[in-house]
Amino acid sequence: MSDVIKEHIYKILEQVSDPEIPVLTILDMGIVRDVIADDQNNIEIIITPTYSGCPAMDAIAFDIKMKLIENGYTHIKVTYTLQPAWTTDWMSEEGKDKLKAYGIAPPQHISSRINKILFAQEENIECPQCHSTNTKLLSEFGSTACKALYQCNDCKEPFDYFKCH
Amino acid sequence: MNKSSNHQISFILSLADSTLILGQRNGEWCAHGPILEQDIAITNITLDLIGQARNFYQYAAILINQAENKNETEDSLAYLRTERDFKIFLICELPNGNWAQTVLRQFFFSSFQLLAFEQLEKANDEQLAAIATKSIKEINYHIKWSSEWVIRLGDGTDESHNRMKNAIEALWNYSGEFFIPADYDMIDVSSLKEKWLEKVKAVFEEATLSVPENTFMQTGGKNGIHTEHLGYILAEMQFLQRTYPGAEW
Repeated sequence: MSDVIKEHIYKILEQVSDPEIPVLTILDMGIVRDVIADDQNNIEIIITPTYSGCPAMDAIAFDIKMKLIENGYTHIKVTYTLQPAWTTDWMSEEGKDKLKAYGIAPPQHISSRINKILFAQEENIECPQCHSTNTKLLSEFGSTACKALYQCNDCKEPFDYFKCH
Repeated sequence: MNKSSNHQISFILSLADSTLILGQRNGEWCAHGPILEQDIAITNITLDLIGQARNFYQYAAILINQAENKNETEDSLAYLRTERDFKIFLICELPNGNWAQTVLRQFFFSSFQLLAFEQLEKANDEQLAAIATKSIKEINYHIKWSSEWVIRLGDGTDESHNRMKNAIEALWNYSGEFFIPADYDMIDVSSLKEKWLEKVKAVFEEATLSVPENTFMQTGGKNGIHTEHLGYILAEMQFLQRTYPGAEW
């Protein structure tokens, strides 16, 4: 496959956003694992779920197909892979900046440093509103599977934290 | 179909069934949780469990279709099998009881799941290993959350302590089934008991609770012999597909 086509497809995928976090593209999220195309222009996009039960996966596969069709591709297959398992380490730095600007604190540490100590919370999570790190964990589970709920002790705003995974 | 692929399929279905039914049970808390944040937490855990179940069912469907020239899907396996076909731990089908009972069951189950899935990661089956690795990341959060709740209630007020004590009373006899091997098991479940008990004791100690001394354990679910509760869950869960076959959102 020519690198030109691959590059073109990646450019198109940049326009597909995560339905739950529309400021992030699926490339920012690190969901797209590979793009394969053969000489007959058959395209296969391989994606991986963030969480096993992520309800956005079907919508993402649909959006990928639609975007590629809009751009003239017709033979498109979206397949799922679980290996290697998705990790927040794959989120792009640009994606993390976009998350912050959107009001969601980005994952703070590398995934291997998930704090398993009971009642401990991840440290120095910065409030996306006032940038204070004086924040507290309200719940390990938030509005979607990938987020935890925090509150800022200074400005008192509750906010989502994209938890390490 | 040869015996080993038969066992492999039964084993994968058993993994799927337990996570699906516990997910279905936990889902009953949706909009009934004690406070909003915990309502969201238990339903998030539900989502993870059902996602794990889907991964197992999808894999089982591929294997069944290869072996038997059938046309099974994750949906047909979840919605069109009967009670006796479901191979699950009885503890997963028990009613939720109160919050203490729900979080204790989650703690027992997730702690077992972690140990079992660590074995699966090493099993000679790439897809099962992939599902296990993916799930373990989620399970770690489930264990942390449920352990904290066991401690919070156990080491809380007299009222909460008693409720957690009653929950242990109600569930303990169902905890032994995790470690009783079935002929289809692809991992040595009996070897996990010691580590599981170690984990439970550590959390109980911090929660000022103790492990009961009685050792009688209920069994049957792993071989399709259920409590009276499973039929009702299936009736509710399967109603739509049985009444309107092939219905889609």
